[in-house]
Amino acid sequence: MIALGLGLLVTAVLAMISLLIGAADTNILSLLWGLPDDQASQILMISRLPRTLALILAGSSLGIAGLVMQMIVRNRFVEPSTTGTTESAMLGFLVVTLLAPDWPIMGKMLVAAGFALMGMFLFLRLLKFVPLRDVVLVPLVGIMLAGVIGAITSFFAYRFNLLPMLLGWSMGDFSGVLRGRYELLWIGLGCTIAAGIAADRFTVAGMGREFTTNLGLNYRRTMLFGLVIVSLIASVCLVSVGSIPFLGLVVPNVVSLILGDNMRRAVPWVAVGGAAFVLAGDILGRVVRYPYEVPISVVVGVIGSAFFILLLLRRRTNAA
Amino acid sequence: MINATGLMKSFGKTPVINDVSVSLAAGGITSIVGPNGAGKSTLLALISRLMRADAGTVTVDGLDVWTTPASVLARRLSILRQDNHMTARLSVRDLVAFGRYPHSQGRLTLEDKAHVERALDYMALNDLQHRFLDELSGGQRQRAFVAMVLCQDTDYLLLDEPLNNLDMKHAASMMKLLRRVSVELGKTIVLVLHDINFAGYYSDQIVAMRDGRVLRQGPPAEVITSEVLREVYDMEIQVREIDGKPLALFYE
Repeated sequence: MIALGLGLLVTAVLAMISLLIGAADTNILSLLWGLPDDQASQILMISRLPRTLALILAGSSLGIAGLVMQMIVRNRFVEPSTTGTTESAMLGFLVVTLLAPDWPIMGKMLVAAGFALMGMFLFLRLLKFVPLRDVVLVPLVGIMLAGVIGAITSFFAYRFNLLPMLLGWSMGDFSGVLRGRYELLWIGLGCTIAAGIAADRFTVAGMGREFTTNLGLNYRRTMLFGLVIVSLIASVCLVSVGSIPFLGLVVPNVVSLILGDNMRRAVPWVAVGGAAFVLAGDILGRVVRYPYEVPISVVVGVIGSAFFILLLLRRRTNAA
Repeated sequence: MINATGLMKSFGKTPVINDVSVSLAAGGITSIVGPNGAGKSTLLALISRLMRADAGTVTVDGLDVWTTPASVLARRLSILRQDNHMTARLSVRDLVAFGRYPHSQGRLTLEDKAHVERALDYMALNDLQHRFLDELSGGQRQRAFVAMVLCQDTDYLLLDEPLNNLDMKHAASMMKLLRRVSVELGKTIVLVLHDINFAGYYSDQIVAMRDGRVLRQGPPAEVITSEVLREVYDMEIQVREIDGKPLALFYE
């Protein structure tokens, strides 16, 4: 409990730093002392605060998406970006952008979520054909599926001259976040809370179908609930800030190493850790080439993929 | 009382359970024995609604296992399968506490906690309760899973090969524990066992299966005999009686 409070404190400090830095040369601190400064307060309310909130919401919910997915697929290496879920959402977003460009962003997001859900069904179906449920083979299948879906998406984006837009989606970036352009991410918070409430169910489902049935839980319904949560989170994040790969892999795995897999205990940690990780990555991306920015997906991708390899190697040596 | 009538189950075209009707009285230990592929585990899975029978019905105390809500049945009957491949890192105590899920949906009451303590006590897991499952030996993990179904506090406990991966010492102590559970807590325990001598020594009833059928059912003295074993295993097996227990010499 005390440790979690400490984690929250670190996250709060990171959030403060995130509020204070930026390209605009304003003294946000002066607001704290109650000095009237119109420009500073405008920048704070329209740009900085939404950005920091978006970072916290996206970071925590993507961490949760990874956690839920790892539980129900029973594999440590899955998360939306290693299973084709993000790519499916992107395809859905592209399709709805082409066919119904006038739809509100909420409707587009729901279409993307529907595609993401179908992508996950496809992934689970594919897994049934994998002869050995090798722990490393599962994400490999996912990454191949992601490649295929990504190729289809690129093809249509190319045909309709939407490649730059597609590139924008695949590069998660918070620099474009302004008031009025991030609010969908609050749905991610809702999903995080739902995952927290259903945490015990997911832990049970993570023990397998027979184990779940023995305890009187409906396995399929629990799985479906988890998949809906993951696809919603993946698509709200994609639509609002673009994809941030490997985030859902790093945070839940670190938490699992320390705390184990009882999801009820892991949920608050993953949420806090995910937020802190993204805040830190974003701060790093903002200061490393100040006043220019490195997109968050690059920062998190570099750290995350290195961690992914580390995790794979660790698994190998453990298995041997 | 568990009643199975006219059970049929095939995988593809191969019938695995072929018209099985069996009734298992409440109380005591019943062991299902038979050669590989006799359908023992499948029968257990059908009884515990993990699999759906192609035909036939199973009732537990009058409740049809396929139509009774899973959560209701989970308070009457628990099942532990042999392959508990774990990817989840849970502590022993957390695992055992999940046995209370059907009763409390995750919010442990004082009564639930008492059940957890008792199950840990019974399975001598107190010293290991904070260890993660992946840090335990096969035998300890097996005990942790049995403690979980014990904690579920159902009238019927179905265990599929609980002696798998256990050495002599741990196998014997597992059977003694199950014995104690059935006597002291009045549980009905149904086991699938490979070792007919363990079955003969500790069971009150034995069900002998072969080729998806039940060949014989009765107390050990009636089932562990040369005639019955010849029919079940296609082997000449001498049976000696030692201290009133039948002992099959199947090593020759």
